Amino acid sequence: MTTTTLAVLVPLLPFLGAAAGLLLGRTAPGFVRPLAVLPVLGSLGLAATVAVRQGGDHAIDAATELTPTGSVPIELALHIDGFAALVAVLVAFVATCVQIYSTGYLHDDPRYPSYAALVSLFTSAMLLVVYSGDLMLLLVGWEIMGICSYFLVGHYWETPEARAASLKAFLVTKLGDVPFLIGLFALATDAGSFQITKVLGTVAHGGLDHPTLIALLLLAGVAGKSAQFPLHTWLPDAMAGPTPVSALIHAATMVAAGVYFIARLLPVFEASRAAMVVLAVMAAVTMAGSALAALAQDDIKRVLAYSTIGQLGYMTGALAVGDRGAAVFHLLSHGAFKALLFLAAGVIIHAAGTNSLAAMSRMSNLRHRVPDAFWTMTVALLALAAIPPFSGFFSKESVLGAAEHVATGHTQHAPGAAGWTVLVAGLITALLTAAYATRLWLLAFRGRGTEAPDHGRQPLTMTVVLWVLAVPSLAVGALAYRTLPDWFDGRDLTPTLTTSVLGTGVALVGGLVTYAAWRHTATLAARVPLGAVAAHPEGDAGQVEAEAIASHQPAYGDVARAPDPSDPARLLLGPLHRHAAVGFHLDAVYSALFVRPVQAGATLVRFLDREVVETYVRGAGALPRLLGAAVRRAQTGNLQTYVSALLAGTVVLVVAAVLVATGA
Amino acid sequence: MHLAYPAVLSALLFCTGLYGVLARRNAILVLMSVELMLNAVNLNLVAFDVWLSRAAQETLHSGQALTLFTIAIAAAEIGIGLAIVLAVHRNRGTADIDRLRDTAEGHESDPADGSDSDAPTTGTAGEKAEATA
Amino acid sequence: MSPAFTPLTSAAAETHGFLSPTGVEIAFLLVGLVTFGAALVTVTTKQLVHAALWLVVALGGLAVEYLLLTAEFIAWVQVLIYVGSVVVLLLFGLMLTRAPIGRSPDADSGNRWAALTVAVAAAAALVWVVVDAFRATWIDLDGAAAGSTEATGASLFQNWVLPFEALSVLLLAALVGAIVLSRKAKAESSSPPVNSRATTQSSPPVTESSLSVLGARENPADQEGAR
Repeated sequence: MTTTTLAVLVPLLPFLGAAAGLLLGRTAPGFVRPLAVLPVLGSLGLAATVAVRQGGDHAIDAATELTPTGSVPIELALHIDGFAALVAVLVAFVATCVQIYSTGYLHDDPRYPSYAALVSLFTSAMLLVVYSGDLMLLLVGWEIMGICSYFLVGHYWETPEARAASLKAFLVTKLGDVPFLIGLFALATDAGSFQITKVLGTVAHGGLDHPTLIALLLLAGVAGKSAQFPLHTWLPDAMAGPTPVSALIHAATMVAAGVYFIARLLPVFEASRAAMVVLAVMAAVTMAGSALAALAQDDIKRVLAYSTIGQLGYMTGALAVGDRGAAVFHLLSHGAFKALLFLAAGVIIHAAGTNSLAAMSRMSNLRHRVPDAFWTMTVALLALAAIPPFSGFFSKESVLGAAEHVATGHTQHAPGAAGWTVLVAGLITALLTAAYATRLWLLAFRGRGTEAPDHGRQPLTMTVVLWVLAVPSLAVGALAYRTLPDWFDGRDLTPTLTTSVLGTGVALVGGLVTYAAWRHTATLAARVPLGAVAAHPEGDAGQVEAEAIASHQPAYGDVARAPDPSDPARLLLGPLHRHAAVGFHLDAVYSALFVRPVQAGATLVRFLDREVVETYVRGAGALPRLLGAAVRRAQTGNLQTYVSALLAGTVVLVVAAVLVATGA
Repeated sequence: MHLAYPAVLSALLFCTGLYGVLARRNAILVLMSVELMLNAVNLNLVAFDVWLSRAAQETLHSGQALTLFTIAIAAAEIGIGLAIVLAVHRNRGTADIDRLRDTAEGHESDPADGSDSDAPTTGTAGEKAEATA
Repeated sequence: MSPAFTPLTSAAAETHGFLSPTGVEIAFLLVGLVTFGAALVTVTTKQLVHAALWLVVALGGLAVEYLLLTAEFIAWVQVLIYVGSVVVLLLFGLMLTRAPIGRSPDADSGNRWAALTVAVAAAAALVWVVVDAFRATWIDLDGAAAGSTEATGASLFQNWVLPFEALSVLLLAALVGAIVLSRKAKAESSSPPVNSRATTQSSPPVTESSLSVLGARENPADQEGAR
């Protein structure tokens, strides 16, 4: 089979799996699990084959016109270069792991069939985005991912957090998607085609008339999808969905789609210096702010959510300095270790019965209950903190190296200011990343207090996947930085000495300072008991998690933080802790700017409808009602009244008839 | 004899009976007024029969035959009518037509009625249903 | 109550007076006045038993009219049936429904003004039409009686046999019906409450069934969803 055929099958298989799952979910429940896992597994194999065949050489292009639109045609097109091939492998790999993990995580969930089908549909949409060579087709995949995210985040729709979070995710990303759509149309109008190759060709010849406008419009969509400042507020709240969903969508794939899109169309962005500067500033603010916020979170998944935002900031920072190889390298390694982090967090939540770090820090021996999660999470946290020789080190160093390269003026792709911004912010973030990673590890695994309850071994499907994902987190980096340039643009991805020393140094500093703070505050833990634990020894992980999410607010007063004096972050952040915990009040700002005016408008409209329009309607009804009441009064029930009226009418008719007959 | 005399008398009697049917409160007085109307009709029938049996050589005497039938039917009717009035009186304690307002809009039982006619609506309705079965 | 309608009737008589009224006509007129007056009293008096008695006078007057019209058989049938049985039935009815003796203030309903209007209008219309139609028609009362017993009987049993027999069936039906009506009422009045309640028991009030808010779908996560 030709590579093109295989490439077409890659997104098609999960789509068929999703359709079959939705149709058969009720009638043939025995088939649901195979239908969930096998198509995406097949897709993984096919994607790997495609990647091997493509091998970093010329891009594979194939196109057929779908519909003539009268101005710019829309085509079904494939454009598979090295980036696409590798990212597709990552997506399929993480999706397979997530599907296998979900069979254990949501084992007893009655909505599992629709969940699995939606995950398959999502996977298919992401693969479509990755392989697509036509911008409209990419947009289709983009939007399908958005709606699948809505459904999947809202999986536990019995909890108000999930309902609110799914709507928020959907609306905020849509807010970015509208300028994105306009940007796409503007780009296609300027370039005369939706096809990516043609667009890039037009840009190369300098044919774009409004590069800054287009780039900024597209950036809005990317900011929404990839949760960059200021449209990042949906991602922490989206943690109200099941953990495998967080692992797939909010760590490895959907949020990476924005980064991938910029990487695909980087020449378009590079055509506008202003846009690159904006991108750099956005990345810097996102990185630093999210790392500070992550340090103050109590919910283990929210820490990871803010961490994701920050790591995506690294990727957009790499793009801002014009190095897409570094960005995609970090995307690949981040995909692996962040998915691992989330899945391990799911296991921990299941074992501990709570998602609160404050409660976990008052449990001892949690690490002995979940040894697989303990070791794999340690590996992943080390990768996150970019400690050599884990993969995170190599990928983060490639980003910092690229920033340094631009900062020292060695390239004309991007302004030097962008390089400095990204470099400085990247180093600060590296310090903070190590800090919150250490904090997470210490609070979760080195807690002291009552024995953690023993609910038996975790399901095999969940633990095996953790180890499978640990391999790329551990090893891939060292192998990759040598071979990836062949797949990408050819720029060297070797870590440079300066940035490596700086980066690792600040990371170690961050880790040690956090450890010291923890030692200082840990003694307070015994004095201040805190925490509520959901105990479902028979329940599957999904049930435990849903209960943990729902009980966080009543137990601690807030979804995000806990009043825990033994939290080292309070010591580290000082007065900033309160603000960091609520994401620096951005939600409150949005609420005041958008939500309240809209609600006020809605109240006004309701008032007008009820008092003004409705009054007319009721007034129109008043006359018939009066007439009816008047007519009803004739129904007296008195026989003599009726007969009198009858006879009076008869007499009148008789007189009239007689008068007419006599010719009067 | 001029035909106008019986015809006019008949008309006047009929209208008197009409007034009585519409104006009287007691059901039996209404029945009396109905009798007046029937008699007026009878008078008309007889007068015309007598006139036509000479003027038109009518040998069928339909007028007088119909008069006899009317008398018999009136008798039967008043028998049934009185039986009904008595049944109503038994159930409601009154023979007043004004009180029989079950077909009124928004019918409720009359609270000002001091007599024992204040059976609950469903009760009287049930009894009425039984009585007419 | 003296009839106030004498001017009207005499005026009616006057307009046709281009032929001198015969004795029959005068007698008819006088008896007619009495009849009409009695009828008026029947429908206006406040004493219920008096109304029945004045009805007797009216019916009797009509019997005399029939005689004047040479319909003897009908006159005697009138006396027998109407005066004899119908009025007696009415009196029995008055007695059994405990009609008050003496004046009863509410013998007339509130409808009487409408009734008066309708009746007067109807009377005016009818009288005018009738008079106008039969201005020049006379009944020939000479010769054999048109309503003698022999003539009536012959006609009845030759031409009107079938209706006659049907009439007897009708009378039987009326008889049976009256018995059934009064009997049923009697049997029911002995045990009113139980019967009526049983037959008219309203449907029991709908009890609110406790519904789970989450509906048919059960989800293990709904244990915490019960917030």
